[in-house]
Amino acid sequence: MIEFDNVSKRYPDGHEALSQVNFALDAGEMAFLTGHSGAGKSTLLKLIMLMERPSGGQLLVNGKNLSRLHKSQIPYYRRRVGVVFQNHQLLFDRSVFDNVALPMQVSGAQHRDIERRVRAALDKVGLLSKEKLNPVQLSGGEQQRIGIARAVVHTPRILLADEPTGNLDPELSAEIMKLFEDFRNVGVSVLVATHDIALISRMDERVLTLDHGRLSEVASLASA
Amino acid sequence: MPRHKTDTVTASQPRRSGAVESRRSLISILRAYIHNHRKNAAESFHRLVGEPLQSVMTMLVVAIALALPAMLYVGVSSLQQLSGSWDSSAQMTLFLKKGAKDKAIKSLIKQLESNDELAEIHYISPSQALDALQDSAGFGEALTLLDENPLPPVLLVVPIATIEADVPRVEQLVKTLAKQPLVDEVQLDMKWLQRMQQILDIGRQITVLLGGALSLGVLLVVGNTIRLAIENRREEILVVKLVGGTNGFVRRPFLYTGLWYGVFGGVLAWLGVVIAQFWLGTTVTRLAALYQSDFALQGIGLDGMLVLIALGGALGLVGAALAVGRHIAQLEP
Repeated sequence: MIEFDNVSKRYPDGHEALSQVNFALDAGEMAFLTGHSGAGKSTLLKLIMLMERPSGGQLLVNGKNLSRLHKSQIPYYRRRVGVVFQNHQLLFDRSVFDNVALPMQVSGAQHRDIERRVRAALDKVGLLSKEKLNPVQLSGGEQQRIGIARAVVHTPRILLADEPTGNLDPELSAEIMKLFEDFRNVGVSVLVATHDIALISRMDERVLTLDHGRLSEVASLASA
Repeated sequence: MPRHKTDTVTASQPRRSGAVESRRSLISILRAYIHNHRKNAAESFHRLVGEPLQSVMTMLVVAIALALPAMLYVGVSSLQQLSGSWDSSAQMTLFLKKGAKDKAIKSLIKQLESNDELAEIHYISPSQALDALQDSAGFGEALTLLDENPLPPVLLVVPIATIEADVPRVEQLVKTLAKQPLVDEVQLDMKWLQRMQQILDIGRQITVLLGGALSLGVLLVVGNTIRLAIENRREEILVVKLVGGTNGFVRRPFLYTGLWYGVFGGVLAWLGVVIAQFWLGTTVTRLAALYQSDFALQGIGLDGMLVLIALGGALGLVGAALAVGRHIAQLEP
């Protein structure tokens, strides 16, 4: 589903965030992306989101070379990717329901479909009863879960998460990871950037480690 | 964490999306598109209502910019109508020699009546003219001070030829009539009308010029307001773009905001013109009455209202489009 082929990213200021990164993530596969801060985790996710373009190598998603994607096609590409942001990026001028509905509204879905899927996504993260509230009224963990509901409401093929458990207690973090595994189990490619080693070591998943822009991989930290 | 039963989505949904997307008919896409437009229009409107001070100020600027040329236009058209009522006639005033004998005047009238070039002849004797003058214009008291009637006998004649159609023929007629021994001076009323016409042309050009300049002002004001709105909603725009919102989707609410500014500015402009008409109207009518005229300011009417609203809407939309085109493409996550 996602394929990095010798991908490098050098920023205009000369800083090389990624150097010759190679890895592939299949449909229905989950991996953690870890590394010290500034190691290039965010850059890697931004490349998949097309917020940045690689300066070398090829990035293929679903068999398509992203560098060949025209600017006007980017929105349509992004509709097949779900993203959970570190600071959840919720909009506080609208209800929980409307926040979650956003990815469906931008793709011009019908009202009935939107209602049905938003409720299903909210139910999935256990916050159906809060749909009419403003996100401000929710706790940090609840806001993060709303962010997850928004990332999956349009049933993306790829789910990216950038530090999704940043400020959450271990119990809540584990629940969120369980959610990601559920999506992985139904065929979604899930890539989770985190530096929460304790959490990763409790789970039996691939671990990609970035160190100064270079990627190495271990099958799992679960045994460690 | 999920306190509800959870399996409703997970198992079934992700795999279904591809098929659902492709099965959507053109009609359902169109329906969603229209729904999105209506939603945007309503949301933009509610946003304006939510910031009444800012909105009303922008709308007032638009209104003033539209109302000024509109008022000028109404004034010019009213005058135009006044001159239009005489448009086709080339009425002439023949001032006869003072102290001309009634008999001589009568024979002149008879002679003119037989002239094929003339359609109508009215005789106004010096005493009739004096009476009319006393009745009107408040000259009454001044005139009583005069020992004798200073006014000459006058003939009003209307030629068959119209001045637009046949200037040389009318001018030839003026020359012929001026040669009559009894005639002191021939004045072609049309000359005055032509001068007024020229003044009206200038008025019309000023209207266009002022309208153009103020329209540009409207574009800039709306554009700037929209630019600020875009800045204020920067975060939202970035999030919308990240979840796959096209530039068009992001633009739409701002375009509607511009449209609303323009449309309501147009409505306010129309109200302003109507109020100005009522206020000036009575004064103008009274003034016109002093000059024996039933001239009244022409109303801006329903047409005018629709034109103002359409013009305002168009300017608002274009102003917003200019701002949005420049600023939204630059905002990339």
